[in-house]
Amino acid sequence: MEERHLTCIRCPLGCQITVTLDNGEVVNVTGNTCKRGDQYARKEVTDPTRTVTSIVRVNGGDVAMVSVKTKTDVPKDKIFDVLETLTDVVVEAPVHIGDVIVADAAGTGVDIIATKQVNA
Amino acid sequence: MMKTYDIIVIGGGPAGLAAGVAAHDAGVDNILIVERDDHLGGILNQCIHNGFGLHTFKEELTGPEYAQRFIDQVLEREIPYVLNTMVVDMSEDKVVTLMSRERGIETVQAKAIILAMGCRERPRGALNIPGYRPAGIYSAGTAQRLVNIEGYMPGKKVVILGSGDIGLIMARRMTFEGAKVQCVAEVMPYSGGLKRNIVQCLDDFDIPLLLSHTVVNIHGKDRLTGVTIAEVDERRRPIPGTETYYDCDTLLLSVGLIPENELSHNSGVQISPVTNGPVVDETMATNHEGVFACGNVLHVHDLVDYVSEEAGTAGRHAAEYVQGKVADKGEAVVLKAVDGVRYTVPATIHVNSMDDKVTVRFRVAGVFKNRYIGVYFNDERKVHRRKQVMAPGEMEQVILRKADLEAFDGLHTITIKVED
Ligand SMILES: Cc1cc2nc3c(=O)[nH]c(=O)nc-3n(C[C@H](O)[C@H](O)[C@H](O)COP(=O)(O)OP(=O)(O)OC[C@H]3O[C@@H](n4cnc5c(N)ncnc54)[C@H](O)[C@@H]3O)c2cc1C
Ligand code: SF4
Repeated sequence: MEERHLTCIRCPLGCQITVTLDNGEVVNVTGNTCKRGDQYARKEVTDPTRTVTSIVRVNGGDVAMVSVKTKTDVPKDKIFDVLETLTDVVVEAPVHIGDVIVADAAGTGVDIIATKQVNA
Repeated sequence: MMKTYDIIVIGGGPAGLAAGVAAHDAGVDNILIVERDDHLGGILNQCIHNGFGLHTFKEELTGPEYAQRFIDQVLEREIPYVLNTMVVDMSEDKVVTLMSRERGIETVQAKAIILAMGCRERPRGALNIPGYRPAGIYSAGTAQRLVNIEGYMPGKKVVILGSGDIGLIMARRMTFEGAKVQCVAEVMPYSGGLKRNIVQCLDDFDIPLLLSHTVVNIHGKDRLTGVTIAEVDERRRPIPGTETYYDCDTLLLSVGLIPENELSHNSGVQISPVTNGPVVDETMATNHEGVFACGNVLHVHDLVDYVSEEAGTAGRHAAEYVQGKVADKGEAVVLKAVDGVRYTVPATIHVNSMDDKVTVRFRVAGVFKNRYIGVYFNDERKVHRRKQVMAPGEMEQVILRKADLEAFDGLHTITIKVED
């Protein structure tokens, strides 16, 4: 049996939730005040995901850097692998919101796209 | 002849953009949005993380994406704007002085003005840290601009003082860029930031949050080499013997924001000593006729969605003012914030001219668990709503309906408080 402690972020109350796992299977969730906390905790311990945001350099644009994000969430343990794929990436202006900057980042199947308009 | 505009919007951040769009949609097109930066969008341009727009667009956008939605609305409507232009003065009779490198000093006449200048960070001089001021100390917002806009990393080993949202966001951002964030120290016994940011920016990367701690010493002469952090007692005095040394080349200060109101001050707009923003009624009108305010210049927001909403109200009512559609407002009902409620926006409501409902936003003065929000019409309690938790970091709101206010005979004061 393994216990994991986390803070629910679904509302400002921030319940301290304890999840009991047996071989990776959730057997018990306590500390949550409502159903949403239960859902949050189960997802957090079995399949935690995050949207990753960063920047990459632009050549010939009206700003030096363009902001980017993973198009959807990626597994939390892939965050730094995803960031790694951005090192040394340089794009040419113009850049439009939604342009793919890195396709299938770090084998997650998720593209990294631009989140800022950069004019040439 | 001085050029005349129906509405001049000062500031091209989310508040100014949404106000301009709303004024245009209410039938006024002789508008000018004035922005001192070289891009529209305001602070959102450097807030590259996601979490914006859940209320407005039902999706989670990054700051620049959220800004672009409003920039597009301004462009579609061909609302005139100028960049690299700063409003340096605004007179009582609404003559606005603009300054730009390109065109020098110009004066223009406005029929109505919308203040949307946002806020700025508290200066670090306000911090009581003894010792030298070596290089490597930045406000969190400055660091955010350096990293996200200029692509320049200020350092490799970081300590953050203050747990406001910008500090939390920067803890993750610097970690992403390869820095080691040693800890975040917060002098209060609770964080001023959103729970979500504590979990996703600190807990995710095992960055310790030291509550009731502060920086008591700064080390290094030319370049920062470390800081000493100590625990503080209830009166925020460092407790001797609790000092710990942290190695770092960068110290970020995330010690709060204050509305940017020099202009408002000079032109006789009444400023609240609590919010440092203008005192407004339900139409976002200040005491200075024809001058409206919205966004962070009014009170510091943590959700941009509320900024856009408030700005829409300001824009619509500024348009009505210009069109001469403002009926006799009648007597104002005064909103009183007491017992744990620090302030309310708006501060007054005119029942005659209010929309069907008005959202009153406020912040509480401390952390309250299992207490109630009480709303009183004169001395009669009208609302008694249980809240499991209220904290200074999260803005609260109550919605008042015109029908209820109209139905209450002799209403002169609405009191909002935290109670049992
Ligand atoms: C670090 C950080 C993180 C945030 N995270 C989130 C989040 O995750 N989710 C969320 O919903 N909200 C978030 N917010 C809040 C949101 O970004 C702000 O509430 C919003 O940007 C405020 O808009 P504004 O238009 O009032 O101010 P600003 O965006 O500051 O715009 C004001 C504009 O006015 C201009 N200006 C000022 N003075 C003058 C002058 N005299 N003449 C001409 N122009 C002038 C400035 O250059 C600026 O462009 C965050 C804010 C910060 C700072
Ligand atoms: S468990 Fe429910 S009440 Fe507790 S923080 Fe999560 S959403 Fe809020």
